[in-house]
Amino acid sequence: MITDETAVADAKSFETEEFFVNMGPQHPSTHGVLYLELKMDGEVVVECRMHLGYLHRSIEKIAENRTYTQFIPFTDRLDYLASMNNNLAYVLTVEKLLGTEVPERAQYIRVIMAELNRVASHLIAIGTFAQDLGAFGTPLLYCFRERERIVDIFDEVCGNRLTYNYIRVGGVQDDLTPGMDRKIKDLIQYLRPKIEDLDALLTRNAIFLARTRGIGILPKEMAVNYGVTGPNLRGSGVRWDLRKDEPYLVYDKFQFDIPAARNGDAWDRYRVRMEEMRQSLRIVEQAIEGLPEGQAAVKGKRAVLKPPAGEAYVRTENPRGELGFYIVSDGTTMPYRTKIRAPSFSNLAVIPEIAKGLKIADLVCVLGSFDMVMGEVDR
Amino acid sequence: MQPSEILDLIKAKFADVSVEEQTKALVVPREKLLGVAEFLKGGELAFDRLDCLTAVDRGDKIELVYIFLSMTKRCSIWLKVFLPMDNLKIESLSSLWRSADWFEREVYDLFGVQFLNHPDLRRILNPDSWTVHPLRKDFTSPDFIKKPQ
Repeated sequence: MITDETAVADAKSFETEEFFVNMGPQHPSTHGVLYLELKMDGEVVVECRMHLGYLHRSIEKIAENRTYTQFIPFTDRLDYLASMNNNLAYVLTVEKLLGTEVPERAQYIRVIMAELNRVASHLIAIGTFAQDLGAFGTPLLYCFRERERIVDIFDEVCGNRLTYNYIRVGGVQDDLTPGMDRKIKDLIQYLRPKIEDLDALLTRNAIFLARTRGIGILPKEMAVNYGVTGPNLRGSGVRWDLRKDEPYLVYDKFQFDIPAARNGDAWDRYRVRMEEMRQSLRIVEQAIEGLPEGQAAVKGKRAVLKPPAGEAYVRTENPRGELGFYIVSDGTTMPYRTKIRAPSFSNLAVIPEIAKGLKIADLVCVLGSFDMVMGEVDR
Repeated sequence: MQPSEILDLIKAKFADVSVEEQTKALVVPREKLLGVAEFLKGGELAFDRLDCLTAVDRGDKIELVYIFLSMTKRCSIWLKVFLPMDNLKIESLSSLWRSADWFEREVYDLFGVQFLNHPDLRRILNPDSWTVHPLRKDFTSPDFIKKPQ
């Protein structure tokens, strides 16, 4: 017969030992190819080491052998869920080197496209996050259904569904198609209740709360020190958004709020994204109302750009954080050096720090809540 | 605070620091980097973020570019260090800004700059077995074809 005393004695005589688990490179929760080398004590992570580079295409070296315009399609392939925003950051940097003044209509169109892409990107972030937590199918498919409408708009505007190559130096590829303003207004009317539905489905869901609240807390100071940006930083309580703090394009003309949470757990990061979608729709609505007449690009665009020798660094607020391009021009048609400061790269660096002491299932939750895209981490 | 005020403040404290004409970047000698960085991080300037660290191959030297950001003062500053090709060693800043950890690993991987006192200086993007640094201008590989100008 096993008594309590013998059970305790047995448990004491057990020896536990740490072991290694390889998570990835092919793992559904890593959203790409990321390899985590986990040192485990039972179900608890003792140490997490990351191995990157599985998607490394050396885009920065390719940039040195392409003209400035030829490189725009490569930026699509960094953060492939937010191609418009990537185009925008790169093009703004080249325009800073060139000193180009962009027509106001083009700036408005850029804002509309960047914000719609932000909504599309956050929809995927939330859908896959819920999927990782075991909400199998429903939220993900709802999110993809909503995103499809946005992709349809992009398809009509520029002819592509994922890699847009739409925002060009001096403006945008083409003006909005006739009747597009009506379609975007309809889209906003369609998306608003759908976002509320998604909110009702997930945010206060008991299982969702149990899986995300208090999990993977990222303190404010640590977030800043590691260079974490975007919704992950705002989830930790830092109200910092380049659209408000260092306005570019025409963002200073619109009324919108920067959501921020307090605790820095997975739930807060999720809630910030949810609220950002509402705010993005507010911006799109104002931009489409105030869309001025005029040119959608600088007249007489040159095929080959030749910026004067110099250096420029421009940061923009991407769905995942601050995307910066640092370009050195030597006065020829190709950049001397292009550095991409990718938001997911810095966001990812903090995960080994907060992974310590988490259960492995919660690590999946943390990875999902950080919403990284390996395309821009590995470049 | 205006960028010029910050530059004046640093120039007053550190004698051998100069300012680059075109970019308004601080040019710091290699051995002074840690001192200047500590001054930027602490005290009145409070540059709480190392936003970007990268390198440029200038042929005879490697140019390191640090971009710092102060979220409280809402300003940023560029800092440059020039390293001659035959001595690519510099003090790591990862003890001050943790973001420097991965940035420095990337620069080590792509340019071969050695960061002293770095906690874990391994390649980050390329395989550990590589011996070359692909973002250097003299990099060649059988598969890599440079486009004619």
